[in-house]
Amino acid sequence: MTAYPVLDQKDTRSGFGAGLLELGKKRADVVALCADLTGSLKMDAFAEAFPDRFIQCGVAEANMMGVAAGLTIGGKIPYTGTFANFSTGRVYDQIRQSIAYAGKNVKICASHAGLTLGEDGATHQILEDIGLMRMLPDMAVVVPADHNQTKQATLAIADHQGPVYLRFGRPKWPVFIPMDMPFELGKAQVLVTGKDVSLFACGHLVWKALQAAEELAKDGISAEVINVHTIKPLDVEAVLSSVARTGCAVTCEEHNRHGGLGDAIAQTFAQQRPTPQEYVAVNDTFGESGTPDQLLKKYGLDTPDIVAAARRVLARK
Amino acid sequence: MMHAQRPVDGPAPLPTERPSDQELERIASQVRRDIIRMTHGAKSGHPGGSLGCADFLVALYFHILRHQPNPWDMDGSGQDIFFLSNGHISPVWYSVLARSGYFPVAELATFRRINSRLQGHPTTHEGLPGVRMASGSLGQGLSVALGAALAKRLNGDDRLVYSLHGDGELQEGQNWEAAIFAAARKVDNLIATVDWNNRQIDGDVSDVMTLGDLHAKWKAFGWEVLEMNGNDLTTILATMTEARQRTGKGRPVMVLMRTEMGMGVDFMMGTHEWHGVAPSDEQAQRALAQLPETLGDY
Repeated sequence: MTAYPVLDQKDTRSGFGAGLLELGKKRADVVALCADLTGSLKMDAFAEAFPDRFIQCGVAEANMMGVAAGLTIGGKIPYTGTFANFSTGRVYDQIRQSIAYAGKNVKICASHAGLTLGEDGATHQILEDIGLMRMLPDMAVVVPADHNQTKQATLAIADHQGPVYLRFGRPKWPVFIPMDMPFELGKAQVLVTGKDVSLFACGHLVWKALQAAEELAKDGISAEVINVHTIKPLDVEAVLSSVARTGCAVTCEEHNRHGGLGDAIAQTFAQQRPTPQEYVAVNDTFGESGTPDQLLKKYGLDTPDIVAAARRVLARK
Repeated sequence: MMHAQRPVDGPAPLPTERPSDQELERIASQVRRDIIRMTHGAKSGHPGGSLGCADFLVALYFHILRHQPNPWDMDGSGQDIFFLSNGHISPVWYSVLARSGYFPVAELATFRRINSRLQGHPTTHEGLPGVRMASGSLGQGLSVALGAALAKRLNGDDRLVYSLHGDGELQEGQNWEAAIFAAARKVDNLIATVDWNNRQIDGDVSDVMTLGDLHAKWKAFGWEVLEMNGNDLTTILATMTEARQRTGKGRPVMVLMRTEMGMGVDFMMGTHEWHGVAPSDEQAQRALAQLPETLGDY
């Protein structure tokens, strides 16, 4: 039996909306900005409760990022909300100069990331955002695993001084992180301990990794599942101590195999502890229209793909 | 627990003794010397636009802004604050900041050198007092100034936000997003200004990609629009007073400022060629001979 029963089925973006509302009640210095996607980002409740602190920016994301940067001058903590594609690639230079280089305390909150956006297709399914944001000096990159953790992360990043990229998604997804499980920025969570292989995952694929661990257990393979919700700064100690026990790793992410969680971990292995690693990630391609389930299957991000990757990497030990 | 509204420090007072027009002229001459000496010393940088905006920035920092150079405060609560969007004219800004007390004048000698706070384009990254935003990649400053103006509004701080933009820079689309936003959100505690010298790197703005009727454009976007000669101190002070009177009335305020690139150095005027070229030894000597040393070179 799993240690993580499904508590509910909820979208991670609703976790963001709930967290933002709670944060608005707690802190008067939090302001929210949205580029014409208030409903999609679940920011309606905040906008209704705090109309003075909600800034509708229209379909003009570049300006939104600059306005957010300016709001920090005067002590505000701005949370921007739009789709992940428009939160990163579309406004990269604005983020780079006005937020990251300028060291501004802006929280870039990005929904509809990855393939699980579904039917809207590849124009909106950004698979490069983690890499883009990881490359910016001092930018923290957070990819929570479920609804509850997205809510926790939304609250936690307000206490982190500096820019943060918070990535979440659209589909209803199993909720399995209990609200009383502590969330600490930069601290990976060992959800299941194991001795044969480490499954490092972020976002929606944490649930898939848990499922994969159960499958592997049926064949007597003991998989450790680590939720790497903070990709930057990476919890290097947690990564290294896990593979010290298991000796091999699979990294699982809803992102291009270039630049994401897998590369962050591979860099650590290369420098500190060479370790066989397999990637479960999108194989350097764009997505397409389809249901989230169809897409995860077609692009090799489903439970059986993680199981297969674990078997491959075990053979390389 | 509800956090209390961020307290606003006592507003920075108007300087009791404001420099006369003649005194401002003298400061502007020294600032122009600084620009020539900095770009010459660094063998790089942007003298043309810097010279053209010297009068305006001297008027702003020595007469118009209600500000507190020392101790310096990033948030600028209770103060008027300024953003330079066309960051390449950093020489004039650095000179004016130093000459008005934000950091030691001697530090101007480090412009564009290794380990300096005076980067080629302004940045907060090295902690230079007076600089609240990185700029250089064009078109971003108006959005930032609007955000800072909204923060002042939320904080109940009645001081103003000023910004300066290049005219060539207005070819960047983000400006027009910001222009729509400012009017829609009724940001009326901002005075934006444009260095309307009709010059950009590749030639005249009107040739490279004309802005058309710039006054009508801003007006159509819902802004209060004023024009002035940005190289005449008396006109600058009068127009900026008028601009301030137009704040607080539900509309953002734009001042289109006619300037001459290279103003004050005869061979740098009438051309775009001095946008981003440093003077040689001989050219620097010729330029400095035209600019009286009034406050002492750094």
